[in-house]
Order: sequence, then C-alpha cells, then structure tokens
Amino acid sequence: MARVLLNLPRSAARGAVIEIRTLIMHPMESGFRPGTNGTILPRDIITRFTCDYDGEVVFQAELSSAIAANPFISFTTVATESGTLSFTWEGDDDFRQTETRAITVT
Amino acid sequence: MNRREFAAGALLALALRPAAGLATPEDQAAAIRAFTGGVVPREGRVELDIPPLVENGNVVPLKVTVASPMTTADHVTAIALFNEKNPQPQVVTARFGPRAGRAELATHMRLATSQFITAVAAMSDGSFWSTRQEVIVTLAACIES
Repeated sequence: MARVLLNLPRSAARGAVIEIRTLIMHPMESGFRPGTNGTILPRDIITRFTCDYDGEVVFQAELSSAIAANPFISFTTVATESGTLSFTWEGDDDFRQTETRAITVT
Repeated sequence: MNRREFAAGALLALALRPAAGLATPEDQAAAIRAFTGGVVPREGRVELDIPPLVENGNVVPLKVTVASPMTTADHVTAIALFNEKNPQPQVVTARFGPRAGRAELATHMRLATSQFITAVAAMSDGSFWSTRQEVIVTLAACIES
C-alpha cells in the first residue's frame, strides 16, 4: 500500500466549496528512462484518479508519464450532504488503492 | 578517411541525430485536435499559472483555473494540459461536473526541456477555450535518469 496524504476539511457548511488536496507516494516511472544496464525501464504510472462523493463521481483525472513522481492533485467540490468521500488511484500492473474520508455538512 | 575527416563526420552525425523520441509542436496540435474533436479552441477564459523559469523539470507545480459559473446549465466538463517537447504531448485530462464547485486543477508535472504548455477547457455548451504559456527549464526531466 502506497502512503497517501489527503487534505480536506472534516466539516463544512452546506453549499460551501471545499478544496481537496491529494498526494500518493508512487515512483511514476515514465517508460522513457534508461536504467542502470542501459535498457528502458518499463512504464509504471498511475493512469487514473477518481473522487466519489457518496458514490457519485465529482472529479476524475487521467494522468500520463508527464506527471511528476508522487502525483499531487488538487481540486474542489461542493459540500452537499454529510457522507463519505472516496479517492481511488488506478495504474499500471493492476495498481489500485482506495481511501475514504467522512465529511460532516452542517 | 583521415582523422580530421572522421572527426568532422562524427560531429555532423551528432548534429543531424534526431531528438531522441521527443514530441513536436505538431504532436501537441494533433493531441489538442483529438481532445476537441477538430474544433480550434478560442483564446481566453482559461488561466494557466505555471512558473516562467523552472530550475528542476522533475517537479513543476502548476494550476489551471477556468472562468465558469459551474452550474448545471453552464459548467466546465474537462480541462486538459498539453506539452510540446516531452516524449508524449498529453499531460493530464481532468473531468469535471457541476458538483466540482470551481473549475480548478492543480498538479505537479515534468518538463523535458523549455517549451510552451497549453491548457484547453471544454465547456458544457460545446465550446473550447485555451491559453498557452512558455516555460524555461534549466534541469530537464524524463529523459535523463
């Protein structure tokens, strides 16, 4: 399991726009870099990031080799109801990791 | 062939060697056409915040903001970033809906060399808007280990 940093408020006023910052520890090997023996290292990147709010997709990003190692993604969403935000990273070699955070909307 | 001819030939071969697998501005234009479905995006509404001078191309912070009310009737559906001279023209494509609140995306990218970065936004009314910015890079990423 890769280490994940998630920065979002635990509670928010109804209708407020909240900023979510995410970072996952991942080498994002580009597939264009030669290794120590001169052959090109195979690509190993995160290709897709999805944020669900109570099961509905609110943000999605398709990443490429041009994204830096330990991909950082920041976006916003509207705090509509108290519920669960789930964050999923998918990538090469069947990489898949999901983290969830609860949010209280007042 | 004497030594001088050989040296001159070797230099010429080095100068004529194509840039190893890097994308070109034409690749960037083709990738943008593929994203917009052939529509030429108009200038404006998109703001790309990226440092003009970058010391380390391995981690370049950037932020894209699109002027949009983000309502169900009028919102940004996608923001895509394209580069000119990395191995691939695509950087990131983000999908938005009215629940995103603001059309904002921040991430860290890699830059293989100094080049223009283009941000394109797709709107729910089918229009496309774009902006581009030049970035100077002193230490390149992607190619070197």
